[in-house]
Amino acid sequence: MSAPLLDVRNVLKRYPVRGGVFGRTRGEVHAVEDVSFTLAKGETLGLVGESGCGKSTLGRTIIRLEEANSGGVNFDGEDLLALSRKELFERRRHLQMIFQDPYSSLNPRMTLGEIVREPLAIHRIGNRKQQLEEVTMLLEKVGMKPEMIDRYPHEFSGGQRQRIGIARALALRPRLVIADEPMSALDVSVQAQVLNLMVSLQRELDLTYLFISHDLTVVEYISDTIAVMYLGRIVETGPKRAVFDAPAHPYTRALIDAAPVRDPRLRGASHPIRGETPSPINPPPGCAFHPRCPFAIDRCKEAIPPLEAHDSPGHRVACIRREEIAGELKRPAVVSASP
Amino acid sequence: MALLSIRGLKVHFQTELGVNQAVDGVSLDVEPGRTLGIVGESGCGKSVTALSVMRLVPCPPGRIVSGEILWNDRDVLKLPEKELPEFRGREVAMIFQDPMTSLNPVFTIERLMCEVIVRRFGVGKVEARKRALAALTTVGIPDPETRLGSYPHELSGGMKQRILIAMALLCEPKLLIADEPTTALDVTIQKQILHLMKDLQQKNKMALLLITHDIGVIAETCDDVAVMYAGRVVECASVHALFSHNRHPYTRGLFNSVPKRGLSKETPLPSIEGSVPSLLNPPKGCRFAPRCFRRQDRCTVDDPQLLPVADKHTVACHFPLEDPA
Repeated sequence: MSAPLLDVRNVLKRYPVRGGVFGRTRGEVHAVEDVSFTLAKGETLGLVGESGCGKSTLGRTIIRLEEANSGGVNFDGEDLLALSRKELFERRRHLQMIFQDPYSSLNPRMTLGEIVREPLAIHRIGNRKQQLEEVTMLLEKVGMKPEMIDRYPHEFSGGQRQRIGIARALALRPRLVIADEPMSALDVSVQAQVLNLMVSLQRELDLTYLFISHDLTVVEYISDTIAVMYLGRIVETGPKRAVFDAPAHPYTRALIDAAPVRDPRLRGASHPIRGETPSPINPPPGCAFHPRCPFAIDRCKEAIPPLEAHDSPGHRVACIRREEIAGELKRPAVVSASP
Repeated sequence: MALLSIRGLKVHFQTELGVNQAVDGVSLDVEPGRTLGIVGESGCGKSVTALSVMRLVPCPPGRIVSGEILWNDRDVLKLPEKELPEFRGREVAMIFQDPMTSLNPVFTIERLMCEVIVRRFGVGKVEARKRALAALTTVGIPDPETRLGSYPHELSGGMKQRILIAMALLCEPKLLIADEPTTALDVTIQKQILHLMKDLQQKNKMALLLITHDIGVIAETCDDVAVMYAGRVVECASVHALFSHNRHPYTRGLFNSVPKRGLSKETPLPSIEGSVPSLLNPPKGCRFAPRCFRRQDRCTVDDPQLLPVADKHTVACHFPLEDPA
């Protein structure tokens, strides 16, 4: 296999928590803890987890909207984290982002045409006429009519705004697109349209996606590989079918079980897991999932479990009991009732 | 006999741009002890329907144009203002989508809960505290003693939603209305809250009106379902009938647009073209007609009525889909 387009190595991101009269640092939010993964060209990595697991921070750190404390982000053979501001500006052409909220991520004072043309103007690509031609082409690609070019964001529906966000992200013909919860503000019937659009654009333009979402159904649909995050760490990663069909981390199992099943006959097939996500300021020692895990033993509290190879190629799991509990995780109803 | 019966409810809102026909002729029945789900996308009128039952629609700009909401043979819409506090809470209680803003931030949980208990049961402070503790235990709050002294901002979203459920159930209502109760929560917490609500529903023999945009939540919790689109009910059936024999093109489209387990991007998702119409100037005839693949001339002229297609299964469509079974 050729070298991956994106190679993330041991990225760490912590935020200081200040308080008291003098604003002293009282602690740190462990947002992203020692995360590594690779993403091959043309593929989609689905990054899933619940709120506060660090998935969005990780995405923003890769594109350097946030500065990592340590680690490396190798993009096409170059470490993005080591670049100067000027060099970064150049490289950003190749990495673009689609944001969650199509309402706040578009400047309300700019017309649709200006929004989509802005990246081209900033990077001085072509003259004005060429830029406008490009904008027209992009709008057609995302299913918007070119005659809408002089309208303002408030005149569009949520789905249309997300299409505009996609057109803007694609204006510079990026190679990697980081999509942070692009579906969650949209209605279901519109989600399907935007998902189909993202898939067809990926094929047509040979795009690589880092797709960040809390919605397992959407992630399962669009991704080739999956990484599941819990409290700043990847707890399980691998090819989509391996992770969804044979989840090996108890948290992945719980997450899959918690997603509502769209079949009333299967009601009550699994029970909720107990407890809530602990604070990332003071994560539990050892495996951060142990306070909620139905399989936890004393040894789970001692050391942070490393991501280790499991069954099929590429499938890696951070659980010291993964071999012993594999049989039990195969059944859907494994997890104990809530308190 | 239905516990709650909504008949031909029309609620319109006066806006700067014109009249928004948010709810336009909705009829629904909630049976005692059962769970009715209302499912639909944003702006379909599901929340306004629920707020009308509680008499919480702000008027103006809202206006109840016509219809009745029958509760014990009385029309809720005609209840005198002074009877409303008794009706809300004791007969029907409601919890909302956003547990973050539903609790007054300047009071402790103890003060918030005891206020309700003292007012409703006329008991003393000590007894009220005891009942509040018991209620917190019922909804699975760990360490309830400490939690009574907490302020809302010190609690997680899931914890707040548990407390709101505890408060809603203090007066033992016969109907609980839950408007997107788990939308702001993580999936593992959502599952806990849905379990809790179903559990308490059985214990209290209470009816539940659950409003959601998530058909997965419907599948997991409801007995009967009403599908709403652009201010109207388009299909109404038992949950099993709706999932296996839905007949309205919108229902079918909505169900199909959610990716099924095991499906991947090689197969394009069937999606509904276009977007929800503006209710300031809704399309004539069937409001779904402009997006419907089965549209015929008649659909853009005649309003389809909710008519039975099977036992306890009604559909508002001139050309309903074939029963797949």
